[in-house]
Amino acid sequence: MTMTKGPTAQPPGPSEARPARRSHVPSDGTANARAVEAARRAMLDDTRPRHRTRIGADVVCEALLLQGVDLFFSYPGGVILPLYDVLGDYPQLRHVLVRHEQGGAHAADGFARVTGQVGVCMGTSGPGATNLVTGIGTAMLDSVPMVAITGNVPSALIGKDAFQEIDINGITLPMTKHNYLVRDANDLPRALAEAFHIARSGRPGPVHVDITKDALQQETSAPHPTHEEVVAGLPGFRPNLDANGRQLKLAAAELATAKRPVILAGHGVLHAEAWDELVAFAEKTQTPVAHTLLGIGAISEDHPLSYGFMGMHGWKHVNRAIQSADLLIAIGMRFDDRVTGNVRTYAPYARIVHVDIDPAEIGKNVAVEVPIVGDAKRVLAALLPLVEPVDPATRADYFAELAEWRRDSEGSSWHGSGAWREGVLSADYVIDRIGELSAHEATYVADVGQNQMWLARYAGFRHPNTHVSSGGLGTMGFSVPAAMGAALGRPDRETWAITGDGGFQMTSQELMTLTADKIPVKIALLDNKKLGMIRQWQEIIYAGNYHSAHLPGPDFAKLADAYGIPAFRARTPAEVDDVIKAAQAVDGPALVWFEIAEEQNIFPMMPAGKGLSDLIEKWGGADE
Amino acid sequence: MSADASSNGVVPEVAAASAASTSPAPARSAGPPPARALPGGGETRRHTLIAIVLDKPGVLNRVASLMRARNFNIDSLAVSRTDQPDVSRMTITLHGDDVAVEQAAKQLYRLIDVLKVQDVTAESVVAQELALVKIRATDSNRGEILKLVELSKGRVVDLAPESVVVEVTGPEAEIDGFVALVRSYGIKEIVRTGSVVMSRGSNSIEEAVKR
Repeated sequence: MTMTKGPTAQPPGPSEARPARRSHVPSDGTANARAVEAARRAMLDDTRPRHRTRIGADVVCEALLLQGVDLFFSYPGGVILPLYDVLGDYPQLRHVLVRHEQGGAHAADGFARVTGQVGVCMGTSGPGATNLVTGIGTAMLDSVPMVAITGNVPSALIGKDAFQEIDINGITLPMTKHNYLVRDANDLPRALAEAFHIARSGRPGPVHVDITKDALQQETSAPHPTHEEVVAGLPGFRPNLDANGRQLKLAAAELATAKRPVILAGHGVLHAEAWDELVAFAEKTQTPVAHTLLGIGAISEDHPLSYGFMGMHGWKHVNRAIQSADLLIAIGMRFDDRVTGNVRTYAPYARIVHVDIDPAEIGKNVAVEVPIVGDAKRVLAALLPLVEPVDPATRADYFAELAEWRRDSEGSSWHGSGAWREGVLSADYVIDRIGELSAHEATYVADVGQNQMWLARYAGFRHPNTHVSSGGLGTMGFSVPAAMGAALGRPDRETWAITGDGGFQMTSQELMTLTADKIPVKIALLDNKKLGMIRQWQEIIYAGNYHSAHLPGPDFAKLADAYGIPAFRARTPAEVDDVIKAAQAVDGPALVWFEIAEEQNIFPMMPAGKGLSDLIEKWGGADE
Repeated sequence: MSADASSNGVVPEVAAASAASTSPAPARSAGPPPARALPGGGETRRHTLIAIVLDKPGVLNRVASLMRARNFNIDSLAVSRTDQPDVSRMTITLHGDDVAVEQAAKQLYRLIDVLKVQDVTAESVVAQELALVKIRATDSNRGEILKLVELSKGRVVDLAPESVVVEVTGPEAEIDGFVALVRSYGIKEIVRTGSVVMSRGSNSIEEAVKR
């Protein structure tokens, strides 16, 4: 992580020729140096000329281009060097050199979440591959389309505990949608085409392709398969996109009799790009829409039928609406334990219509009355003509009650109570200001913990795919690298990484990538000098036994400065707007260091194992 | 329960109907709400799943790994080729309640290499298992053992001075019975294939595979 190149170093432009190979051997004229130089020359003479045959590494580059990939995140290593050796011949491919493979995986993930395209990351065998694992797992739990490519040791050495050999195929097997080990370059075109097809089709997810070094170096003329050939070659992969008509009619019948329906919108709405259909459906049936953490953006929060964020740290009014609903229409969400709490007490009066593209999600966590397997966009489009339009007047009592609950719940939060006016720099105020000053038009990338919940509650989301968060795996350290990918995926949007001091310290090496590649991520560091969520749990659930909750950090301004990133610092509410604007004015990455209240909790909170009706809303003196 | 996790819409209609009957939506005014039924809280019994899979490297690992990761306990697993090239057939027996096993079937179906999964527990099937039992034998009791083997429709496949190896086939319970019968002579070792199962009649799960 030494900064030998400095912030001014630029990646070679796409049209620039590959720089000539240069010797790093000191030519001091000693016999040893001469011998080394001779060996090096012999090696260079042995390498392929520019006009050369097509090898496995070329197949990888071609496949990326065929799949519409022009950007990937990677880190070199011994066995993936054959790929790096040909990269210069593909100037259309932008390679972002990350500082740790985990950062590359999260960046590919962030890129995929804001673009809807497949994110690509790569690494070498052994530690390079295991460093990718956390990022692949994050993508798996959140169903993010990703293709992770790793080199592996030459096939003759597989199973011999060779240098940097690990059974990465065995490691990623249970945490990918599918994975491949390719030992023959002739198998590469099909494996890569299948990987992209599987990653993006049906319920998206990560696919890992492990390629032996000899396969990368092997000459091949194997052609790339057509889409039809790929589909035909995967007889076991036929996602059900269109719903069963009978089930749709049952769903419409449920809606016709429901008095207190609530739509639960999840990540599947965003994956299916079903946001317009969702709004049309909600409007026609006059059904309020609650969203999960990853369902943020499925409906604009300023839409009259948007009711808000549900679950463990969701809004109390949303959870009350769910607990009193007589019908839940769950779309592209999976009744995660952070959403339901204790299933036995979850939505006790509600019948459930569950729409999901993955049959295995239906009936997994809660029993449902009407299961519908299909793509959210197609299901909603097919359901819309089957439902009767609802006159809002018939829902007047229901809506009045919801509105009252909402006033009650929003007014009682720390933010609503205006504690920040007393000079306390509270995180929710910071988030609120970032949302306002970016006009709710930025991409906001959360880390994990309190910062994640503050962002979900207070930023005010207006658009799909503007919120990026590690929901399922809860990966600390996600924010900065994922924001890196998000910023490159949607350069037209400002990109904010919202992180705590804990998560930030896990992947802060990527600051150098931001600098080197001039990626304009604005980092909002909410520094309470604590592992805030840990401290909160220890305060409330572990009787104040604060073990390891205090987390000393460095001087973050100096750290950013060392990476060539301008840093701004705020300690009081009065400074907040100025530092946000200052960061926005920077052409490139910037860090804003908010030294927030050290013991602020995030309320309400549903303790693990409890139900949605058992929310803790305040605690001791440190209440809202 | 839905027998076929691969059909379009899957729609485990029986399961859905039973879920509906066990958790009727009560009126809101009807006092404290009843607890919501948990999926998978029913009575456990032995289930038999047939999985038709592509014969790719690692497919057995994928199935075994999934069952482990999802906390399903496999009782027995038999794998063999089928008449179609590149297609294998697995017979998996496991204990669980109907909903849990349906979940196992759906999770299996998520595997890219799995073509079809069917729960044949409630169907009319032929279920056979083969066992080899090496029984301690002496000159004085060998005749007695051979008589038992004959009565049990077993077959002696190896005779040695101090032992006999007997092959028995049949439903699991019949094999259990035979093993219990000869245990008193002393069993030196035993190997069982686990059940292999086929539905009666002309239906074919393999023909139904989407190829």
